[in-house]
Order: sequence, then structure tokens, then C-alpha cells
Amino acid sequence: MIEATGLTKDYGDKRAVDDLSFAVRPGIVTGFLGPNGSGKSTTMRLILGLDAPTAGAASVNGKPYRHFAAPLHEVGALLEARSVHTGRSAYNHLLALARTHGIPRRRVLELIDLVGLHEVARKRAGKFSLGMGQRLGIATALLGDPATLLLDEPSNGLDPEGIHWIRNLLRSLAAEGRTVFVSSHLMSEMALTADHLIVIGRGRLIADTSVEEFVHRASGGMVRVRSPHAMRLRELVTGPDVTVHSGAPGVLEISGLSAVQVGEVAAAQGIVLHELTPMQASLEEAFMELTRDDVEFKAGDGAVAHEQAEGAA
Amino acid sequence: MSTEAASVVPIPRLADAGKVTQIRVAVSEWTKLHSLRSSRWSLLVAVVFTIGLPLLFATVTATHWAHMSPHERADRHPLDIALAGVNLSQLAIAVLGVLIITGEYSTGMIRASFTAVPKRLPVLWAKLGVFGLVVFALSVPSVLLAFWGSQAILQNRHILQISFTHAGVPRTVIGGALYLVVVGMFAMAIGAMVRNTAGGIATFAAVFFVIPPLLNLLPTSWNNAISKYLPDAAGREVFSLTHGPHDLAPGPGFALFCGYTALAIAIAAVLLVRRDT
Repeated sequence: MIEATGLTKDYGDKRAVDDLSFAVRPGIVTGFLGPNGSGKSTTMRLILGLDAPTAGAASVNGKPYRHFAAPLHEVGALLEARSVHTGRSAYNHLLALARTHGIPRRRVLELIDLVGLHEVARKRAGKFSLGMGQRLGIATALLGDPATLLLDEPSNGLDPEGIHWIRNLLRSLAAEGRTVFVSSHLMSEMALTADHLIVIGRGRLIADTSVEEFVHRASGGMVRVRSPHAMRLRELVTGPDVTVHSGAPGVLEISGLSAVQVGEVAAAQGIVLHELTPMQASLEEAFMELTRDDVEFKAGDGAVAHEQAEGAA
Repeated sequence: MSTEAASVVPIPRLADAGKVTQIRVAVSEWTKLHSLRSSRWSLLVAVVFTIGLPLLFATVTATHWAHMSPHERADRHPLDIALAGVNLSQLAIAVLGVLIITGEYSTGMIRASFTAVPKRLPVLWAKLGVFGLVVFALSVPSVLLAFWGSQAILQNRHILQISFTHAGVPRTVIGGALYLVVVGMFAMAIGAMVRNTAGGIATFAAVFFVIPPLLNLLPTSWNNAISKYLPDAAGREVFSLTHGPHDLAPGPGFALFCGYTALAIAIAAVLLVRRDT
């Protein structure tokens, strides 16, 4: 269980995390979503006590992280920025961290095997590819057999096979009853992995919801209709709470009415329908819809971004 | 959420996870220290300088003795030759002291270290303790070898002989090793304050190599009054056998040097706990 209450962090004039409150429950994979620069990594650093909050607090299983006697047994973390000395081998990196908790050498070797780094374990970590670095980061996170995992963009730089492996790993960890908190800026990845979502934009909480509900909420219950009498149907359904778009000739996209209601109106008037589809926005669309105003630097928005950068300087 | 069949990744369990203790953090720091090429090289260079330079100077002095003027001969002191290497190896030790901390910041390793030990201070104490012990363990035999080696070379010409049991000699020789230990810790504290390799080494060089000669530009009476209290001058007294009228005695000098170092460590400790990583 991870809890944040009123978590706020300023870096100079810039507010990176803004009054963020949420709880991450054990036994499921919780996705932590937000555009790049929305404060995900900062939130994770605040939970780990690497940065001190300007206001509010974060706790793991009811305690601030630094109060644990065996921190690596409580939380395993993979941070987005590399946290490995480039001159040290993967084996020695893991061994040095293991020694702080008296974790045996055997454990280090087990995890090197688990993440598939045995062939390069004695090579300097500075020579690692991004994917190998991520695998080393995951081995580091699992070192203390932690009850809670905090993983910042774990599939970054992994090949499809590696991404698939991570997905299974996260689900396996959650199935064992652990708390799994995974950040990503890619909705599609979270759609396949997460059960619950915490969505932030510009440091503020946008949504704290299940994946299904998130999609449902964002799609707004749109219905697509294809009919040779589209124009007549349009006149019949239009009302104060109903908006109708016509994308292509003979196609209507109706919001404000359910598929059942649209079908009944059509049947009552004897209108032939070729298609009647309740639309689900993809998770990706839902995410873009919700975070549209919170993306820090939008494409084609150069003037505004430039102004903001100057204002901050 | 997905409908694809999930294959379970077997995660090995850890029978018993121990608590973080100061000893364990020290063992971890020892693992970090000896697993880096840069630390092995710096320490090797320090040992080679500490032993090699005195042997070189002893050889040069022995071969040129016949051509030296009486005045020049009187200027030579066996302990200056025996401890000549300390002046150079202090640079290797200081660079390593800075690097042990700043290397973690520049690579991001510090985040892993502070995630494992979120109370942070045990990491600083362990780094200081392990580095201090390693420098002590290497520099004591090095200065002894440098002393006896240079004496053996000079003995061939029956010149500049001094017994190890002569008053002040053990203190001076072992003092060379102690000076290196404290220099290393001072540099490490600077590294922890500055958190940047170039800045840390530059700050150390400014305190030890730039400011002292600059004081020579002051009126002599001021210079005599101030210079002896600088970390560098105060610290060096412990490996000097003789002392001028404007120098501190070895005991007070070294104590002052240790005091500066303790102050630097205290500032570093406060900053380490307070600052974001």
C-alpha cells in the first residue's frame, strides 16, 4: 500500500507535483499515467524520500520510507534515470546493494539469471544497452524480495519480447499479493498490464479509476450509425442533450443517446440501419482526451511553450 | 487488462532479509570501492609515489653527493627525502576521495545507494571509514618502506643516516601516513558538499595548492600570522621533524587539520540529509 496525501513539490518557481492524493492497493497492478514531464518520476522520488516534499506526505505501508529498518525488503524501485555506476559490473552493483541488508550472494546470482543478464554480468554497466540497463534495474528492484514495487517506465528500451516478459512479471508480482505501481506515458502498454489507473497531468490528479471506467468516462457513450436515411435520422434524434456529427456521407456519430435509444427511434420511424455501434474510445484516445490541457509542450504550440519557458527563466 | 494468456514468471523468494546496519553499509562500501578500476588505479598510484619518489631522490642525492657544496649538503634532510612522496600521492588520494562521492552523483548510483539506505548518513560514515582504513592500511607500510628504502640507498655512501628510534622520527614517518588519511577524508567531505567531480577537485586544489602561495603576497608579518593556520600548513607539521618559529607544533597543527576536516564532514553531513537527490 502506497499513500500520498496532499503531496506537493516545487523546484524553484515550477510546481512539479501539485496537491496529489492517492492510494495504491496491493494485489493489483496500478498504472501511473501522465504525459512526459507531468510529475510521475518526481512523485516516485518523493515516495522514496530521495526528494523532500514542499508540502504533504507519502508513505509506504503506513510509514515514511526512510523509517524502515530493511528498506529494500519493503520497496523495490526502478527509477527512470539510470541509477548505476557506469564503471561497475552488474554483478558488483547488485552485490554492493545486497550487502547493505546482508542479502546473500546467492540471491544476486538468482536475480541475474531471472532477468537474463548472466552473460554480461561481469561487464561494466556503462557498456550496457538501454534494455540491458532496464533488466539490471529490475533485478535491483527485486533484490530485497519487496512487498511493494515502484517501477518508472520499466519497458523503456526493451524489445517486444522484453516488454512481454515485463508484463508477465508485473502480473505475477501482483498475483503474489504485492503492491505494484508502474509509471508509463504509453497508454497502450498500460491497457495490457494495469488493473487500476492513476492519471496525472502537470502534477495534478486527473483520474483515479479502473481501466474500464476510465475508457467509458472518456468515450462519453458515443454511438455510430450508418444508414441510407442518415439525414432524416439526424433530424429525429437531435435534441438539447444530443450532439450529432457526420463524418462521412451516410454516417452519424451521436453522443447523448445510447445505442438502444437510437435503434428504437429508427425502428419507430421505419428507418433502415446498416450499422449501429456503441463506440468505445481506445485507452489511448481517452488518455489524450483527458490530458489534452495538461500536456506541457504540445506539437504546433510552439509560441505558447516558448512564452512559458521564458516566463520560467 | 488483457485476455491473452498470462504466463507466470517465477520470482525467487528471499528467505530472510536482514536489516540495514552500519557494519553492513561499510561492507557494501568496501565492495563498491574495490570493484571500480578508478579506485584501484588511484590507490596504486599513491603507493607508487609514496615509495618511489623517496627512492628516486635518495639515489639522486647519493650519486651527486660528491659534487654538492657544503651549504647544499646541509640543506638535505633524510626525512624530507623519505616523505617526499607524500606530497605527490596526496593528490591521488584527494582525487579518489572526491571521486568516491561525486562518481555516485554523476552516474546516478547515489539514488540506488540512498534507496537502499534512506537514512543516508550511514553511507557517508561508511565511505569515510572504509576509505580512511584503506588509505591507512596502504600508506603506513608505504612510508615505512620509503623510510628504510631511502636510508638503505643513502647508507651506501654513509650519508644522511638517521635511526628510526631517534626522537620524533616515528611520529614524522607515521605522520606522513596519517596526513594522507585525513587529506582523503577532507577531500571526500568536499566532494559530498560540491557533488561534482570537477568542482570538488578544483575546490580541493584551491584550498591546498592555490591559496597558500597567494598568502605570500601579503605583508610578511600577516603571512606569518595567518599561513600556519591554513589546513595544508597545519596538517603538514605532523610529518615534519623540524619546525620554524612561525610554524605550529606537530600536535596542535595536526589537531587543527583534523578540526577543519571534522567541520567539513559536519557540513557535508547536514547537506547530505537535507538536499534532494
